[in-house]
Amino acid sequence: MAETPVNLTRSERLARYWVGWHSAVVLCFLIAPILVVLPLSFNAGSYFSYPMAGFSWQWYETALTSPVWQRAFLNSLGIGLASTLIATGLGTLAALGLSRAAFPLRGLIMPLLISPMIIPIVVVAAGFYYVFAPIGLVNSHLGVILAHTALGTPFVVITVTAALLSFDQNLLRAAASLGGNPWTCFRRITLPLISPAVVTGAVFAFATSFDEVIVVLFIGGQEQITVPRQMWNGLRDQINPAILAVATLLVLFAVALFASLNWLRMRSRKAFGQSSQ
Amino acid sequence: MTEPAVNRPALIEPSLRQAHQRARRHESGRALLLVIPLLAFLLLTFIVPTGGLLARSLINDELPGAMPQLSTVLQRWDGQGMPPAEGYPALASELRSAADANELGSVARRLNFYRAEMRSLIFKTARNLPEQADDWRQTLIGIDPRWDEVEIWQLLKRAAHSPTPDYLLTALDARIAPQGGLETLPAEQSIYVPALARTIWISALVSVICLVLGYPVAWLLANLPERQSNRLMLLVIVPFWTSLLVRTTAWYVLLQPNGVINTLLTSLGLVSQPLSLVFNRVGVLIGMTHIMLPFMILAIYSVMKGISPVYLRAARSLGAHPAIAFLRVYLPQSLPGVGAGSFLVFVLSLGYYITPALLGGAGDEMISQLIAMQTNQQLNWGLAGALSLYLVLFTTFFYFVFNRLVGIDRLRFG
Repeated sequence: MAETPVNLTRSERLARYWVGWHSAVVLCFLIAPILVVLPLSFNAGSYFSYPMAGFSWQWYETALTSPVWQRAFLNSLGIGLASTLIATGLGTLAALGLSRAAFPLRGLIMPLLISPMIIPIVVVAAGFYYVFAPIGLVNSHLGVILAHTALGTPFVVITVTAALLSFDQNLLRAAASLGGNPWTCFRRITLPLISPAVVTGAVFAFATSFDEVIVVLFIGGQEQITVPRQMWNGLRDQINPAILAVATLLVLFAVALFASLNWLRMRSRKAFGQSSQ
Repeated sequence: MTEPAVNRPALIEPSLRQAHQRARRHESGRALLLVIPLLAFLLLTFIVPTGGLLARSLINDELPGAMPQLSTVLQRWDGQGMPPAEGYPALASELRSAADANELGSVARRLNFYRAEMRSLIFKTARNLPEQADDWRQTLIGIDPRWDEVEIWQLLKRAAHSPTPDYLLTALDARIAPQGGLETLPAEQSIYVPALARTIWISALVSVICLVLGYPVAWLLANLPERQSNRLMLLVIVPFWTSLLVRTTAWYVLLQPNGVINTLLTSLGLVSQPLSLVFNRVGVLIGMTHIMLPFMILAIYSVMKGISPVYLRAARSLGAHPAIAFLRVYLPQSLPGVGAGSFLVFVLSLGYYITPALLGGAGDEMISQLIAMQTNQQLNWGLAGALSLYLVLFTTFFYFVFNRLVGIDRLRFG
């Protein structure tokens, strides 16, 4: 409770005490594996247990200088950026249509647009393989980009539609009454107001692509090694601490993504009040 | 709208209603236009591939494709007694043409799904086929006496029929009995029903564990002062945003026999031998709970954040015992969050692949892994399609329940 509670009974104090400890243990369970494992990436030895043999950057050197990992990083980045770009464009456009009051067949079309989020990923991946293999899209950049784009669009559609639904239509009417044509109104009023949601959707889409391994396993073939795919290979064959170095970098990357998203949200809240999410 | 109204005197004053309807149609057309690019994109890159895979569970084109004449003959045959006489020359000539066209392998593989000896029978017969024969029936039986068995021909007849219920039945460990009618495989031979049950069981277990672990945490986060709550929230958000493979890697490293946890337990003297925590059910449950827990906490938290503390205080001031007040006033208000979290975790767990594949053992395969196995190793696309169909039906069913109860747009993460 936010305010200092008065006259707590014994059982209430006990319950609070219990909730506190329970939560401490659970939160520990959530964060500890990450915090415990990451320091092992600085291990001078090559085993996965404490005490560490000493401090060393060697696994970072291995990870960052090995051509396989370099290619994996570049591939992941390229595929992620391309699919995010397409997903954001198509998703935003669709959200603009979906949020109009006159939109027909919403109950039919919305589930279709969200379906990449619901259908189990293995089914999707097998489906991609089944259809992409005969037309030569397996083992190609384009195939993975198209697949990741499909997986990323629901995030854009959901976040941007939510922002548009809470958007005050009077602003557009006011702008129109002041002589703005529809395009100007869109560019100067709608776009700035929904841009945080667009960026949020884009970040989600990028994160989805950057973390996706199953589709890449199915249709990436030997060529399209991405970071998660390379980690999967490492876990399957013989695990070496270079994976932990990559994992550490990925955690930092995730924290950075999240922090920038939060910063964006704070800024938009300050700039526009509560009207955007 | 297309021509000036003056040219159409009869329509100078269309009723207001018509004008409104026209404007509305125009509007919905424009709204639809904005969605069409995405819809078309998803149709080509997502709906067609997934639908194609699911439809594959019914398609049975190997035998009809490679041996059309035999297929027609067999489809006309009622399956009782021996097949019609023209079946034997058709089989012989089309075995040869299929072998020449390199299609015999796929036919043999298809038939082998019914019975393990069919592949060798097909290849043996094709190898020993003479150029000419007066009585193809005697010749075929001479090559292999099994061609005199009705059951072999009944299997051919089944393979000649498309669409087929075979894959859908196999995925439920059932099949059409040689005499007709359904029969289920004996328990020790069934694979897929146990796997389906296991998938549901593991998903339900993960949901319950997440609920029990997550509910009090969500309560704490929703009721602490903003600043403290935001700080603790980071402990939920950082794992949530961390790559699944990173988290699975972490557990892989932690749970090993000589990993961090076992080393710690042994050095503390709590256990004398390392516990087996990974490559078994324990590993799967720990890993999946870790990955699903943030979904549960965030879903319950977002509902609890909207519950006003006033009701609870009112109940207390009316003399309710705190436990009663919680059970009768707070808990019911938080149920939408509980439902959202549980459904979400359950639905996501049903299709889970990475964690069971990396942390599970031989007895922990979930349906996703079996689908992957059918496509990558067995190349049995029909069965993969059938398993996928059940998984998709199941998932969408629970998703619609979830959406009805909660609504997907109420979830906001990060």
